[in-house]
Amino acid sequence: MDGDPETLVRLLYFMKLHRAVEDRIELLYRQGKLVGAVFTGRGHEAIGVGVAGLLEADDVIFPTHRDLGAYLIKGMTPRAVFLQYLGRRDGPTRGRDGNMHMGDWSLGIGAFVSHMADTVPVAAGVAFACKHRGQPRVVVCHMGDGATSRGDWHEGLNLAAVFRLPVVYVCVNNQYAYSTPLERQMAVPRIVDRAAGYGMPVDLVDGNDVLAVREVARRAIARARGGGGPSFIECVTYRLRGHGAHDDNRYVPRDFLEAGERRDPIAGFTRALHDRGMLDEAGREELDRRIAAEVEVAWTEAERSPLPAGTDTLDGVFAP
Amino acid sequence: MVITYLEAIRQALREELQRDPDVFLLGEDIGVFGGAFKVTEGLLEEFGPERVIDMPLAEAGFTGMAIGAAMAGMRPVVEFQFSDFISCAFDQITNFAAKTYYRLGVPVPVVFRAPCGGGVHGGPFHSGNPESYFLHTPGLKVVAPATATDAKGLLKAAIRDNNPVLYLEHKYLYRRVREDVVEGDWITPLGRATVRKPGSEVTLLTYGAMVHVALDAVSQMGERGGGVEVIDLRSLVPLDRETIRESARKTGKVLIVHEAQRTGGFAGELTAVVNEEAFEFLDGPVRRVAAPDTPVPFSPPMEAFYLPSAATVAEAATGLLDY
Repeated sequence: MDGDPETLVRLLYFMKLHRAVEDRIELLYRQGKLVGAVFTGRGHEAIGVGVAGLLEADDVIFPTHRDLGAYLIKGMTPRAVFLQYLGRRDGPTRGRDGNMHMGDWSLGIGAFVSHMADTVPVAAGVAFACKHRGQPRVVVCHMGDGATSRGDWHEGLNLAAVFRLPVVYVCVNNQYAYSTPLERQMAVPRIVDRAAGYGMPVDLVDGNDVLAVREVARRAIARARGGGGPSFIECVTYRLRGHGAHDDNRYVPRDFLEAGERRDPIAGFTRALHDRGMLDEAGREELDRRIAAEVEVAWTEAERSPLPAGTDTLDGVFAP
Repeated sequence: MVITYLEAIRQALREELQRDPDVFLLGEDIGVFGGAFKVTEGLLEEFGPERVIDMPLAEAGFTGMAIGAAMAGMRPVVEFQFSDFISCAFDQITNFAAKTYYRLGVPVPVVFRAPCGGGVHGGPFHSGNPESYFLHTPGLKVVAPATATDAKGLLKAAIRDNNPVLYLEHKYLYRRVREDVVEGDWITPLGRATVRKPGSEVTLLTYGAMVHVALDAVSQMGERGGGVEVIDLRSLVPLDRETIRESARKTGKVLIVHEAQRTGGFAGELTAVVNEEAFEFLDGPVRRVAAPDTPVPFSPPMEAFYLPSAATVAEAATGLLDY
């Protein structure tokens, strides 16, 4: 069980940083300062931060587009995130891809592609290489509930189980695939029911409780690192925004959204830290000030950074 | 030593497995069974189940797995039992393997071995030539050896390349062509065509099994065949534009032959290349011989009709000579 105040406040910091960066991105989108799509993981902060916060530097994670906190706690800076959204030359994909389609392999962050679940077998392949070389590394692969209906998800989970690969699959189940609710996606009640069929240990956890996420993820990561093969974790949460910033979410029932807001992972964790005497009001205000300042600096730097030239398009199609 | 095209592929795999511990093979029935065509026969015994790995029937899944292993620095060689089954892995190849270096700067050194082509009574699902689907995918290299020497040399080059490479090995050639192949480290560089038979009146551009059909056509043409220059492209991406340019400028007439279907086939692109590189030098239209726009049929007379033959190629070449 987590108890050390420094660790816990650090988790809250990254959850809040996730939200602050996305709040800024949504604002910029409304102001017309960003081109392209905007996807947020509002309300999902406990999952990315909870899982990725347990990884070692040479472990690898493939997050989803709702897991900004995972990118940040694994080492990507808010400045890099803004550079990516702005399509800048010095961003993680050097302007070649946009929004959350980013990664930084030197930090152990793989990038997802829009074809949901494609990363599921790819993560198994990275895990295969780690196992083959006798490296005690772990690979984590996140996906949304929607991805669990694709063939690549099923094939990837099966391969990971058959070859007992050191990989942890984490489903960010926010109960909507774009506009399609969970009950229209599958005829079983829980995603873990699908995963268990492939022969790996599964856990169902409250995705809005960062400590609960960490507890099951810690077990799964230790199992993978110890040679015990893959695991699957379903983190149930609420999608509080539309699929993207262009989507007003009107098809989601009001009581679903209200339940999600009531169970806000950041508010809940802030209260818990307060109740444990680990973070008083002054401490929380200090944390918020620090984050606001960091976001401001990151945005200012990103906005001043150069765009790529049009002709940069032609560079880097093939590796030398 | 004289070996077959199939043995040349196996020799390349064996030598690369010996040379580099990061090379490994995966695919359906490649281990215990030695592969549907026995290309990998003996390799499981020699290199063990950690490096010659039988896969479940999950082309998208094991292609994704190979991509991940390649991103982590290994050099997987995937065998698709038949190139027709590569359609199941289309998304992983075109969206993940081909775009990862461009987006992330992470190389994906993976080879997709795809036994392709007709003439073996395989019918609509075991005879295809899928190159056109993939030629339109930036970030992916595509090669098609015609000889045992190039089967070995191109495969070794593909394995050592830092990009995903689609390696189209023609099933009809497996045991039908053989030659004295250089032992040890023979590399055929990607992106270099070769002149199989020189000539100065008509350029014939082709690749894969059609190289042999073209050479048969030339010998059927007797003395007139002497004017035909047969170029084996070997590598479709990257393409050796220089060799095409030189030959087309010299002869002024170009015939393109491929086994894949006509519409959207590589001949269309090659025609445009000839126009871009040599239009002022042309003395006639660029023509093509290709399969008709149908699935590959099963029944022997239908398949014989479907496949470009030496007779149809000779007729087209003669027509151009006379133009």
